[in-house]
Amino acid sequence: MSRVGVFVCHCGENIARTVDVAKVAEALKDHPGVAFTTDYKYMCSDPGQALVRKAIEEHNLTGVVVAACSPHMHEKTFRNASDKAGLNKYMCEMANIREHCSWIHENRDEATAKAMDITRTIIEKVKHNKPLDPIRIPITKKALVIGAGIAGIQAALDIADGGHKVILIEKEASIGGHMSQLSETFPTLDCSQCILTPRMVEAYQHPNIELHTWSEVESIDGYIGNFTAKIRKKARTVDEDLCNGCGDCLAVCPAKRISSEFEVGLGNRTAIYVPFPQAVPNIPVLDRPNCTLFKGRAKGLAKDACGKCKEACLKGAIDFDAEDTFVEEQVGAVVVATGFQLYSIGREQPQGLKGYGEYGYGEVPDVIDGLQFERLASASGPTAGAIRRPSDGKEPKTVVFVHCVGSRDPEKGIKYCSKICCMYSAKHAMLYKHKVHDGRAVAFYMDIRAAGKGYDEFSRRAIEEDHAEYIRGRVSRIFREGDVVKVWGFDTLSGEQVVIDADMVVLATAVRPQPDAKKLAQVIGCSFDEHGFINEAHPKLRPVETNTAGVFVAGACQAPRDIPDSVAMASAAAAKVMGLFSAEELERDPAVAIVNEATCIGCMNCARACPYNAIEQREICTVDGHVCGHTAWVNPGVCQGCGTCQAVCLSKSVELQTFTDEQVYSEINALCLWE
Amino acid sequence: MNAQYTATPREGIAYYPGCSLHGTSREFDESLRAIAPVLGLRIKEIDDWSCCGASSGHMTDHLLGVALPARNLALAEAEGFDRVVAPCAACYNRLAISQHEIAADPGLAERMPDILGRPFRNSVEVVNANQLLRDAADAIKEKTAATGKPNPLVGVKLAAYYGCLLVRPAAVAAGEDSENPSSIDDVIRACGAEAVDWNMKVECCGASLSFSRTASVVRLGRAIVSDARAHGAEAIVVACPLCHSNLDLRQKAMTARGQEPLPVIFITQLVGLALGLPAGQLGLDRHFVPTAPLLARLSERALAREADEARKKAEAAAKAAARAEKVAAAPRGGEPE
Repeated sequence: MSRVGVFVCHCGENIARTVDVAKVAEALKDHPGVAFTTDYKYMCSDPGQALVRKAIEEHNLTGVVVAACSPHMHEKTFRNASDKAGLNKYMCEMANIREHCSWIHENRDEATAKAMDITRTIIEKVKHNKPLDPIRIPITKKALVIGAGIAGIQAALDIADGGHKVILIEKEASIGGHMSQLSETFPTLDCSQCILTPRMVEAYQHPNIELHTWSEVESIDGYIGNFTAKIRKKARTVDEDLCNGCGDCLAVCPAKRISSEFEVGLGNRTAIYVPFPQAVPNIPVLDRPNCTLFKGRAKGLAKDACGKCKEACLKGAIDFDAEDTFVEEQVGAVVVATGFQLYSIGREQPQGLKGYGEYGYGEVPDVIDGLQFERLASASGPTAGAIRRPSDGKEPKTVVFVHCVGSRDPEKGIKYCSKICCMYSAKHAMLYKHKVHDGRAVAFYMDIRAAGKGYDEFSRRAIEEDHAEYIRGRVSRIFREGDVVKVWGFDTLSGEQVVIDADMVVLATAVRPQPDAKKLAQVIGCSFDEHGFINEAHPKLRPVETNTAGVFVAGACQAPRDIPDSVAMASAAAAKVMGLFSAEELERDPAVAIVNEATCIGCMNCARACPYNAIEQREICTVDGHVCGHTAWVNPGVCQGCGTCQAVCLSKSVELQTFTDEQVYSEINALCLWE
Repeated sequence: MNAQYTATPREGIAYYPGCSLHGTSREFDESLRAIAPVLGLRIKEIDDWSCCGASSGHMTDHLLGVALPARNLALAEAEGFDRVVAPCAACYNRLAISQHEIAADPGLAERMPDILGRPFRNSVEVVNANQLLRDAADAIKEKTAATGKPNPLVGVKLAAYYGCLLVRPAAVAAGEDSENPSSIDDVIRACGAEAVDWNMKVECCGASLSFSRTASVVRLGRAIVSDARAHGAEAIVVACPLCHSNLDLRQKAMTARGQEPLPVIFITQLVGLALGLPAGQLGLDRHFVPTAPLLARLSERALAREADEARKKAEAAAKAAARAEKVAAAPRGGEPE
């Protein structure tokens, strides 16, 4: 006979406001198999847990039901408490009377009755629970870091310094990410390259870091502690081992007028190129679609149209026939740090976004975005740091900075705040004023969101010391009239319309996920939000974990983030990885499916239905070794306990250990039999 | 109450003229009726239509603002139509918003038959004249070519002016970018003319302030007309009666002395010109800014173009004939006697 203890939680007022918790405890006292019931204000608190432990010992309980919040919140807490009191922890279950009841109902009587029903079903389930043991899995102590911007570099360095091997993947030719494009950084105005490049070199030279640039993740299989990552090393055309970075090939390349991605269209590069002089590794890559030779080959020319770079290379490092290669790596943890892109000011917008027709879709040449301004202000940029407008190269005397272009604008498809724009626009206004002393900097803002250490002081400095004119209001229209860029806006504080004849306009465009972010998330198997940012496991308590065990997230691929936040998050992710690597084996919940080999007919319906590829076919042999049949086998390391196999099995031979048919039918019966 | 109700489906499009097209903008109505049969658009005026409630209706009471247009939608539905064209921008806006709000609010949709006192399933789609004609762009091109007459619009630069209500709010913009719409531009191009890229296509014309604050309307209109002129437009094409009356009626005050005013024509009149319909039938003589000088200029250019083409053709024919003669003469001459 079961002896179940029922513990009903008030959750402060969260449950008790709508549910009569004492009544629930009282009503279930005489339920068959219940040996003890009680209620308490905060069951998850230390005294609350003590209550559970004491009851288990005093009443010799065989099962525990905590009627409180969602199991996502505190199942672990109470299972550990049960474990401490000597009860197998899988004999403890949560009855969710908060999210599923008190929070969503108003009528106290009906909510109380429903709370009783919910608790009763779980009591019936627990009566059929069996003691289980956690699954133990070995761990490969090597991490994969995807993306080598500042977040990826930081995470890789921290893990490598902790003594573990790291595979660092970057899809571009150089590591460094967006930070390498920035001129100065807020709120200290220290030069971005000066603080970044040493870290880039450190990551490149670290004995524990294996770097793959110009590479992408093709697939990731496996599970926490035991992932297999397939990496596509895109054909670089230049042999990384032979090349010494002399740059002779760049000098002879005839295709010189290709818009540079690094300069955001403000400068040109050759077809064989290094993105920027401080690139790491300093090994060129050949942009095949823009290369004279490959364009000729695509046209089907019998003879190669060029080949000057190969002739110039004294090391013989250039191989036009190089193809993509694949590397397979076994890793125990994955850190996703794929970063962001900026909302395009052009007419072309991805699905669901509209673009700014009223700002001319960025078709006015002197309307640029924030990243382009960074390049204009950067000492290594196309103008060597002089502020010159793109159309005619003149020094602009009036520059308008527009905040929130795309951000906080549901009409255009983006509801969220991009977080970094207030700060970088203040920085832009300052940099501009420092370089053009007689210039006029005007900023249109919605609100100034300068939360951070030294941030508000910084934005005030832009206004008070550098005399940037801040106008609270939106810009309604930007268009070209002769030589000037007309900016129509509205000052919501004075209630007046504002017209500014600007020489250049800088749009602080929204931070968006990388274009292929959703695809990558699917490859890795982690969830993403409506915009494509990767979801963290818990917004407050598990900010660097994802819903997939063993996969962590850092930087702006999770939400818009500035450099300090990205670095902090990267270090946090690294700490999580090292925590995982600190044990030899990993314990996992036994919430997995198991196959009853006696009844399984080996139809493999379950394997076809399994979304995680966790089910394999196994041979059954007679004593003398002849194969006499097949059955399904669930890999407990891969199984996520979704139960799909259980639903499709025709012979009822596969069951989740924690949700057996017997348990589920008992729950249903509990609803039908007790009124 | 209307569960059993179904109207017999009917071909064509219901036509909701609203007060403007029966009054101040009769030429919009006349030109629409003139071009519709040519383009194969079967439009039929809704019987017993009533006011759309623009401005006064929805400013008095929200429900009234939704119900007044809905009555007309219900009438069109009862006649069996699945589409209604409302050329007036204010009518379009009220009808489309009413349709949209009822569709978005199931509670309201359920109450609607009682409020209207007639069956209503909210099954009618609302379009404006620019959408209707943009969708008919292929027919416009085809019928223009089929007139056999020279198209007076070839090469003329026109400014497409949308104003506010045809493309705003975004929920009723019918796939257009509220801030940079393109349907009128598309129709201009379908007519063989050139749509200029200009800055004021969605700016405010001042709307009904025309009577209470005329100076404001003149100031706003001046910015619109001057920008169109600065970008080389020879006329402004509109699809809204109020835009038309503000830019047309008040243009004298907007124009500097000695400057030729810019004709303001309805999109339907433009299509009518491409289709070769007479100016009188299109109501082009009803405007304050006379359209006659523009029309004369256009037909002059068309004639010149035609003459030029005829001359070229004749020259080419003469050349070909000369060549043929040479070829014909040569072998005979070369043949031994």
